[in-house]
Amino acid sequence: MTYDAVVIGAGLAGLTAALRLADEGRRVLVVARGVGSTHLAPATIDVLGFAGERVERPAEALPTFVDSHPGHPYARLSVEHFAAGIEWFKARLPGLGYRGGLEENVLLPTAVGVAKPSAVVPETMAAGDLRAGGRFVFVGLGLKDFYPAYLADNLGQAGASARAIELTPPRGAQTDVSSVGFARRFEQPAFRDAVVRELAGHTEPDERIGFPAVLGLERVGEVWRELEARLERQVFEVPTLPPSVSGIRLFEAMTAALRRAGGRILLGQSVVGAETGNGRIEGVVAQAAARPTTYRAPSFVLATGGLAAGGIHVDSYGKIRETVFDLALAGLPGANGRPPFLPTYFVEQPLDRLGVPVDDQLRPTDIDGRPLFENLHAAGATLAGAVPWREASGNGLSLATGYAAAGAILENMS
Amino acid sequence: VTELVRDSLDHCVKCTICETFCPFSQVTPLFPGPKYVGPQAERYRQAGVSPDASVDYCSGCGICTQVCPHDVKIAEINAQARAQLWEDRGIPLRNQLIARPSVLGRLGTPVAPLANWALREPLARALAQRLIGIHHEAPMPLFAGRTFQRWARKHRSPTTDRSVVYFHACGTNYYEPGVGEMVVAVLEHNGYHVVVPPQDCCGLPLQSNGNFDAARKYNRRLVANLAPHARDGLPIVSNSTSCSLMLKREAREILGVEDDELKAVSEATYDLCEFLLLLHERGELKTDFRPLPLTVPYHAPCQQQGHGIGKPALDLLALIPDLRVIELDVDCCGIAGTYGLKKEKYGISMAVGERLFRDVRASGANLAACDSETCRWQISHGTGIGAVHPVELLYRAYGLDRAPA
Repeated sequence: MTYDAVVIGAGLAGLTAALRLADEGRRVLVVARGVGSTHLAPATIDVLGFAGERVERPAEALPTFVDSHPGHPYARLSVEHFAAGIEWFKARLPGLGYRGGLEENVLLPTAVGVAKPSAVVPETMAAGDLRAGGRFVFVGLGLKDFYPAYLADNLGQAGASARAIELTPPRGAQTDVSSVGFARRFEQPAFRDAVVRELAGHTEPDERIGFPAVLGLERVGEVWRELEARLERQVFEVPTLPPSVSGIRLFEAMTAALRRAGGRILLGQSVVGAETGNGRIEGVVAQAAARPTTYRAPSFVLATGGLAAGGIHVDSYGKIRETVFDLALAGLPGANGRPPFLPTYFVEQPLDRLGVPVDDQLRPTDIDGRPLFENLHAAGATLAGAVPWREASGNGLSLATGYAAAGAILENMS
Repeated sequence: VTELVRDSLDHCVKCTICETFCPFSQVTPLFPGPKYVGPQAERYRQAGVSPDASVDYCSGCGICTQVCPHDVKIAEINAQARAQLWEDRGIPLRNQLIARPSVLGRLGTPVAPLANWALREPLARALAQRLIGIHHEAPMPLFAGRTFQRWARKHRSPTTDRSVVYFHACGTNYYEPGVGEMVVAVLEHNGYHVVVPPQDCCGLPLQSNGNFDAARKYNRRLVANLAPHARDGLPIVSNSTSCSLMLKREAREILGVEDDELKAVSEATYDLCEFLLLLHERGELKTDFRPLPLTVPYHAPCQQQGHGIGKPALDLLALIPDLRVIELDVDCCGIAGTYGLKKEKYGISMAVGERLFRDVRASGANLAACDSETCRWQISHGTGIGAVHPVELLYRAYGLDRAPA
């Protein structure tokens, strides 16, 4: 089959690149082994939360950060890239009501009561901004892995005013106590009635009410607005442990938009090889039922993720490879005798910056910086040089590089 | 292969993505979800210890396997555990009966008027529910009263320089022979000589009802009939997506059949829309389509998605002028072959289908398209709207319905 562009990977980076290309009238195929990180991570767009210190204004911090981290993927992008990507994202997914930008980070509580900086957040999370101070009350629902007392206690130790309320709304016939199970319940009026009834009279007018991020799936905006109106308080969502309902909403919104724009999505398909020639990728080969299938296109985007998602694989002998094209990798440990892992968990690990090095068009390069294939671009966690979990830069990296990879392809095509 | 399937559970990191997608655990607490019943429970299963009964509430739609980012064969693990369950418990008469469509077809076809009367007669259906446990409202198809095989034996397919083998499967043979005739007409219109070998059930319904031994026997027989053609280099096409998936993948991955004969047939087998789109890619598909001023919502069945070929019907139907196709974004219609026929599962099946029914109704169309026969029957049952295989739209757009016989 032949397309205008084939994107490998269905996480935020891949879907961003695909949607932008489809919006420009390109016939796009997304092929992925399965569903990506969207279902695991909160749907906030964290561009740069920590650069040594906590970052308050990403737009101001980025130039300095890039100067001191020349190997970081952000060094391949201009600040305009970030700004344009964010504006596009906010405008393209109006149903999720994303707010914010590069000017300043908000500070949202995590499920364990830690303040996390984010640049762009869904409207349903915005009122959780801890910077403004004030009083917070966190609501438990019997959702597993969400303990509001623990959350409130940890925030309290950091100086916030926070307390917890446990509710026991009727769960109905369904025994599912996962986040998605509760999200489906919140789409039922009777469940919302029960929650509102149980909370009534137990909060103060100046308190903001934090729910786990399970306030519905398709109808989250509606549910959230209804709760604010009926409770007469500001209401916000706190991201949960996986599965991440806010990420599921993002995946659903992006894949629906992509389908409407004429894009094709093929899940459950590992890309197992490539056809190359004249310094170009001619096609990628996926293992369909019974026979391999080749998907050809003038442009390709690699967005298969890093070590955690399987885009980069370390085998039991410590041999490391990029799994689709066997691309050159940067940040390999062991070259100078360094061990691949350090015994302390919360330090930067030697493997952390491992990934695919790219040029300014986000094309994977050899170790000397020369592009390996003229028409292959990479985006997201596959890229070398970032440590998203320490920088609080995960979705920001995916959005900015996915957007920029599509931009590079559009520029080459025109 | 069976070991490969079982070993794949070690790749499960319990991310729970499959649980968030499962259409069945969403609507019934009787199925706790693919991860819990699959990779998680499988670790505790051993020879002589029967898996818990909840695995029987897995429909086998396979969406869990499709979305898993770690290649865990979740649905396949569940299918094998279900077979173990029924091997230990003994397969009930109903599940033996509804899993043999060709036996039912041979019995029902000669007495079609009587059989169809009984299928539509509430009293008879109430009795069938009581006696054998087929839900009285379940969408049971009506017998055509003739078989496609009989038509095909009389039909003279024009001799051309290229041939294709048509695997029509049981639904076409006993219930929708007209669809088979359209498949043949569309293939012939595109310059193919169509070979219709004698054929029986692929074994899929027996497999999904846990009767692996009988499923393998049917499958062996079918594969033996098709293999000579595959070895001659002929492509085998089918409009029945679930049955062709059985040939392509499930006989090997679930039933554990592994030999050269099956391999040859697997590699030669194509879903009809997949085949026609490949023709189009090569510039060999006729595109002399007349305008078809219709709006048609299209549902890609879960089993069709298991082919890993995307939704070729969308690209094919896009070639027809004035035809507006709405891609429905719902994973499963709920019927899952014989699942939704069972009295204890009919309600679950309809609850799963509700989202799809809602979207079909919301489209405002009075015709839907879907590749799989049981899904079409379910869609029509749930919405009151007719549902056709995409080939019927191609057939009409080619003007073959008006061609002289």
